[in-house]
Formats: sequence, C-alpha cells, structure tokens
Amino acid sequence: MSAAFVSGIVVFVLASFVGLEVISKVPPTLHTPLMSGANAISGITIVGALIAAGVGEGAFAAILGFLAVASATINVVGGFLVTDRMLEMFKKKPVKR
Amino acid sequence: MANLMILAVAESNEGTWTLLLYLGAAVLFILGLKQLSSPRTARRGNMLAGAGMLIAIIVTLIANDIVNWGTIVAGLVVGGVIGGLLALRVQMTSMPELVAAFNGFGGVASALVALAEIDRFDSVFSVETGVVVALSLAVGSITFSGSFVAFGKLNGSLPGKPILLPGGKAVNAMLALGAVAASIWGIAGDATIAYWIVVAIALILGVLAVIPIGGADMPVVISLLNSLSGVAAAMAGFVIGNSALIIGGALVGAAGLILTLQMADAMNRTIANVLFSGFGAVVASTADLGDRPVKSATPDDVAIALAYAENVIVVPGYGLAVAQAQHAVRDLATILEARGVNVSYAIHPVAGRMPGHMNVLLAEADVPYDQLLDLDQSNPLFPHADVALVIGANDVVNPAARDDSTCSIYGMPILEVDLAATVVVIKRSLSPGFAGVDNPLFYMDKTMMLFADGKAAVESVISAMDDV
Repeated sequence: MSAAFVSGIVVFVLASFVGLEVISKVPPTLHTPLMSGANAISGITIVGALIAAGVGEGAFAAILGFLAVASATINVVGGFLVTDRMLEMFKKKPVKR
Repeated sequence: MANLMILAVAESNEGTWTLLLYLGAAVLFILGLKQLSSPRTARRGNMLAGAGMLIAIIVTLIANDIVNWGTIVAGLVVGGVIGGLLALRVQMTSMPELVAAFNGFGGVASALVALAEIDRFDSVFSVETGVVVALSLAVGSITFSGSFVAFGKLNGSLPGKPILLPGGKAVNAMLALGAVAASIWGIAGDATIAYWIVVAIALILGVLAVIPIGGADMPVVISLLNSLSGVAAAMAGFVIGNSALIIGGALVGAAGLILTLQMADAMNRTIANVLFSGFGAVVASTADLGDRPVKSATPDDVAIALAYAENVIVVPGYGLAVAQAQHAVRDLATILEARGVNVSYAIHPVAGRMPGHMNVLLAEADVPYDQLLDLDQSNPLFPHADVALVIGANDVVNPAARDDSTCSIYGMPILEVDLAATVVVIKRSLSPGFAGVDNPLFYMDKTMMLFADGKAAVESVISAMDDV
C-alpha cells in the first residue's frame, strides 16, 4: 500500500472520530437541519466531479463528468440553501413586553 | 503501480497551497457542524460549511488543468438551478423526501466520480485503488437507488407500507456476494465490465433494501442513507487521492451514523431489526377493538378543557404533518397563551418521517424553539399537565409500550401523556398506528377523542374558543 493511501486511512479514521465527537451533542430540535447540512457537506464529492469533468477525454467521459457535476451541484446548492431556509425559522421566544 | 501513477498525477496538480486550502475547507466543515449544534449559531455554522465548499470548488478549478470548461459550466448551471429551485420551493412538510433526494444525488455523484476514473485509467488500478473504486461504486449506487425508493415512499408515489418480497434476505445476501465477486474480478482482471456489474447489482440492492421498510421507520432509513452518502464521498476521496473528500465524507458518515443509532434507540430496536424485519407489515389482530367504550368529544368540550387549564402540552405526530396543521396549532397556542395558559410541545425523537421533522414544522409556524421539549425534558412534566393534546401521534404515546410486555413495541420509550390530568387525542379514527398495535390510551376515562383531520379539528376548537 502506498504511503499516500495509508495517510488517507489515517485522515479518514481521525475525521470520523471528530465527526462523532462534534455531532453527538446536537439537540433533537436541530436534527433535520443537521442532517440536511451534513448532506450538503457530503456534496464535497463535487471536487472529484469537477476534476472528472475538467480533465476527462472523449464523449463518454464528458457525459460522466457532466452528470457527476450536475448531481453534486444539486446536492451542494440545494443542501445549503434548504438548511439556511430552515434555520432562519428557528427563533427564540421574544422577550415578554 | 497505477495507483502510484494516479498519485503522481494528483501530486503534480496539487501544490502545497492547494493542499492547505483543502485543509482549510475541511476545518470550515468541522466548525460549521460544531455551530450547527446550537440554535443560536446554527445558521452561521451552515454558512461556514458553505464557505468551505466554495473554497474547495474554486481551488479545484484553479489547481487542475481544466480543459473542458463547457462541461463544467453546464453541470454547475443545471445542478445549481435544479438544486436551488428544489430548496426554495419545498414545503416544510415535504422536507423528508427532499433530504432523501439530495442524499441520492450525493451518492450518485460519488459513484460517477469513480466511473469517470475507470474510464480515464481503463480500469487499470492497484489493488487498494481498485477496492476503493468498487466501494465508491457500490456505496454510491446503493445510496442513489435506496434514496429514491425512500423518496417515493415519503411522497406517496410508492406505498408507504412495507413491501415484503419472497426470499428477500436470501436474495439480498446473494446479490451482495455477487457484488463482492464482481469487484474481485474487476480488481484482479482490470475488467471494466466487472465494475459496471457492481453498479448494476448495487442499484438493485438499494431498491430491495428500502422497499421492505415501512414509512414510520423512515427516520432510521434517511439517517442511514445520509451516512452512506458521506461514506461514498470519502471513498471517492480515496479514489482521487483528495483529503477534503475524505474528511468531509467521514464527518457526514459519522453524523449520519449517530442519528441512525439515536433513532433506532428511540424505538428500542436495533438497526438490523429496522432494516430487515419488515416491521409493520403484519397488522396485529384488532378483533377486540369495538368492545370498549370510547369518549368521543366535541370541539366545545376540548375548548373548555383547554381554556381552563394551567399547563397544556401539545404532542405532535406525523398526522400533524399530513394535515399541515402546524399553523392552526400555533394559532390555538397563541389564544391559550393570551388567556394565561402555559403551552409547550413534547416531541418524540421518531415523530414524523425524519429526525427533527416536527421541530422544523413548528419552527415554520413561528413556535419558539425553547418551547419544543424532547423526551427527557417533557416526561417529568406530564404529571403536572392539565391537558396533553395529542395531534396525529399514536405509537409514540402508547402506554402499552411501557406496561404490556406482550406488546410488539414493548420497551420503546414513549411520551407519557397518560400521566396528564386529561388527554385530548385528535385523530381521524381509532385505527392502530404504524406498529399495528391497539392503543389503550384511547379507552382511558380521562381521554377525550376528537375524531377529525388534524387541521380541521384544531380550527374547530379555535372557533369554539370564542364562546368559552
């Protein structure tokens, strides 16, 4: 196994633990926005999609690249926007007059 | 060897600054998720994560020798318009299916990245790269087809009831083995066709895995698919040797896993039981249903009970979402509060079709989030409540889950509404909930049943309020 691959595994394991630690404290009220926000972050695969679309050669590569970029963009743009829309609605009780 | 080649390509394209900027994007994801854990900072957290994404995208476009700008711009525009329209137009009640769809798009994007890599290197990979390519394809494709089946079940285009297929588990196991065999063939023989077989099998598996799962178990399924979309992204990260994908994917994988476990816990079931048992497919005998007396109430009765209460706890369930009753409930609460009644909301973790579904609906109706109580916060309050107002919830308030060890949902934590002085249940009929279990709550002396659609019922109580 190449050194780069092994360090990838290290990064993956450590990031998983960071994720478990950070997210275990989210209150149930925010579970839906958390999920859609996390969902948007999983759209990071757009980086791979952009590379695939940008450097691929031939018609087939172009189709794959286009589909990858479009799907990932739906995930990213839609995910962050809808999360923001939801979070905008969460308000604290106004102070009693 | 091929892997080394890929890495060499990747390294030449990724200078130190590129790598550091990807790291910066990953840090913004972590900070964003951290801030998502408090309602006060959550919106900023989401924006931070979004900023991280923007950085990652720009860095990628600058650091690589992009030749096909047309393809990229077309993909960004098409995806951006579709994603933007979906996000801005969706009704809050439809949030579960939208999140399911977004999970699906994320999954398929990761699978497509791996397919593009197969095309680019003609399937000639080192063993470890071959393994992660196969994993990206398999996990991404399962996430894709599974998410769209979940989407169909949630928006009603597929039946929400569990659909049990003959030999389900055995067929799934064979398919999984087939996918492993095809992967080995692909890796050992550099065979492109083998990788495509992996995709085909995984697509079928995703459908077969979600089809037998019933609507009320969707909170677990969506959480799990969410987790898988992260894992698929992380695997794609291994394929192209990019740490931003590995970190972002791992974070989402972990987040989804935590939610999955919490949801399964909230039903006192294991993840395996949720996924494989076909729970809710068999409706329990309801032969003794008609025998016991039920107190059917009028909107006036309910209005009087509420108006002269000191503490009212509203317990919303999926029926509230179906009836779109959240605004009516909020109006009722406003009237009650004006009369000096304390109103709060008790929300079971699996109420609705995704984690936190009820909270979003009530937030949409301007209910302040500090009035939304979870299981542990609300159960000590029920003995002091004058009225528990149950709207469209059933299994999550079923005392049998606490008292009757023969009941199929025994042990599932419930909201103990039966401890309130009076219970008002707004429900269309006496029919059992998703679990197919009869609910003794409906037959208690202190329970008033108001048989109607959630929204219509609450509105009629509001008009009855004028005369109280």
